Amino acid sequence: MNRLHNLFANKKSNLLSIYYTAGYPTLDSTVAIAEALENAGVDFLEIGFPYSDPVADGPTIQQSSEKALENGMTLNVLFEQLKDLRNRVSIPILLMGYINPMVQYGVERFCKKASEVGVDGVIVPDLPMYEYEKLYSGYFKDNNLSNIFLVTPNTSEERIRKIDGLTDSFIYLLSSSSITGGSLQVSTNIEDYYKRIRGMGLRNPAVIGFGISNSESYNKACQYAAGAIVGSAFVKHLATKNYLEGIPEFIKNIRP
Amino acid sequence: MKYGVDEHGYYGDFGGAYIPEMLYPNIEELRKQYLAVLEDDDFKAEFDQLLKDYVGRPSPLYYAKRYSEKYGTNIFFKREDLNHTGSHKINNAIGQILLAERLGKKRIIAETGAGQHGVATATVCALKGLECVVYMGEIDMQRQAPNVSRMKMLGAKVVPATSGSKTLKDATNEALRDWIGNPEDTHYIIGSVVGPYPYPEMVARFQSIISFETKKQLLEQTGSELPNYVLACVGGGSNAMGMFYHFLDDEDVKLIAVEAAGKGVDTGHSAATTFLGKEGVLHGTRTILMQTEDGQVIEPYSISAGLDYPGIGPQHAHLYKAKRAQYASITDEEALNAGLLCCQLEGIIPAIESSHALAYLEKIKFKPEDNIVICISGRGDKDLDTYIKHFGY
Repeated sequence: MNRLHNLFANKKSNLLSIYYTAGYPTLDSTVAIAEALENAGVDFLEIGFPYSDPVADGPTIQQSSEKALENGMTLNVLFEQLKDLRNRVSIPILLMGYINPMVQYGVERFCKKASEVGVDGVIVPDLPMYEYEKLYSGYFKDNNLSNIFLVTPNTSEERIRKIDGLTDSFIYLLSSSSITGGSLQVSTNIEDYYKRIRGMGLRNPAVIGFGISNSESYNKACQYAAGAIVGSAFVKHLATKNYLEGIPEFIKNIRP
Repeated sequence: MKYGVDEHGYYGDFGGAYIPEMLYPNIEELRKQYLAVLEDDDFKAEFDQLLKDYVGRPSPLYYAKRYSEKYGTNIFFKREDLNHTGSHKINNAIGQILLAERLGKKRIIAETGAGQHGVATATVCALKGLECVVYMGEIDMQRQAPNVSRMKMLGAKVVPATSGSKTLKDATNEALRDWIGNPEDTHYIIGSVVGPYPYPEMVARFQSIISFETKKQLLEQTGSELPNYVLACVGGGSNAMGMFYHFLDDEDVKLIAVEAAGKGVDTGHSAATTFLGKEGVLHGTRTILMQTEDGQVIEPYSISAGLDYPGIGPQHAHLYKAKRAQYASITDEEALNAGLLCCQLEGIIPAIESSHALAYLEKIKFKPEDNIVICISGRGDKDLDTYIKHFGY
């Protein structure tokens, strides 16, 4: 059991997760933001480690990644920052990023280090199931890390079932087939898609992400899933002046 | 084929499809359909006819007499520079547009660095009356302004990539992002043997016409279809893969791939991927790429805009690791000098990319009876400014 398993076992609805990029807006803002988010009542966090070529991300997260890299963020720096994380933050934490920095760091070493500092799971959008199973799944299991896979409206039932078997905390449902930072699309097709997933009787709960930016889209997502993830909208908030002080209000505006 | 791809899209340790789930249906559709389409008689007939009547194939295999005298051996130029649009890029663009048409796609996207692949794609879209959007780094658009105009004249929309380093790798990222957002009606024509499987294999097959013709032409001209050496330049590696393809299993044929050393491999201004790169994942494929210790992609440098890609195709990475091909590098200066030599000895102005392959002739000791084939991947019209500025003509 890790913190994610506990969370999903105890709370089945209206979960709120926030994504932000480590090292943005300043190199050492990572842990302070995590603390502020926990204090504001957020249920779990996704901390992005930046990559120079983030193909699944829209302009907001691209720019935060570029800035974070300029600020000097690396995996070494991030793990150093997270060293005493668990003295300060108790909610589940996922790391999210692309596979190449992990390969350079060493995927086994990455998993060990993540587990050591108290990370509960990892989301790697460009690591497909075949490669995960063939090369890396052992490292994740040995270190009690959940690996989270994305599902889009175009993912086949067969693949969703396979993903459900490979992961053990939640499934990351994309609100549409898009890069991050779009707007939530609610059409009959999308409602059908959420209902289809709900009707599949999966062992893992689903959380909806991509395009969740305000209370309206958050509430909509919560009708169909255990909760929702806000990314780009929060990263935009981090560009404002008193972003730390403004975090409680930002969260209240999404989930009163 | 010993150096071919396996069922999961791997060449040895390299290749695969490291793509986000959003791209899975697009890639899966291609993976399932491309072989059947390529083997379809109707496809083959149209592909062959367009290569013949529109591109002007077969491209000549030219015995370069004065070059041969200079180097004391037998040197043949495979003249991809004589193709319509001026380079080998059109071979792949024709193949992929016919595939896209058969998959029912209405909209074509592409990335381009120097603009050669963008022009080839815009050309085939005009030919087929399909909408065309080409992503090009903002910096490259300034460096290669005439090609931007050419694409526009051909009816394409050219979109500047303003993220990251604003060059080819970023244009590729933007094209992938476009494709994520438009999964159903759009086909992405990747210009090199890079990207997620099946692209490296598909592009290699379309470019393999180069070595297919070469074998026949060599047999006619020398009595043997096998040369002693085959040389080609490598950025992503599509002309080299096309030039090597039908020789891969003929292990006596020495394959030499020439990378761009830029100002020198150790100067920090280079694109010599096998010398400077490490294994990793770029644009959906596991390969060798130039990157920092932290796994951030390094922007390469070469005077040739067609060779400054931070990675190489996964099959090249495999040929490198398996030592089936030799990977060498040539500096800007050496390439420019070789380009001028080719003008003056043979009356051919080669693309600066191709000049890198020509420059490597200086580094080998040939026997008088050797036969050497070198791929002249493109013509130098687009590089006139660079040549003129360097030599002061």
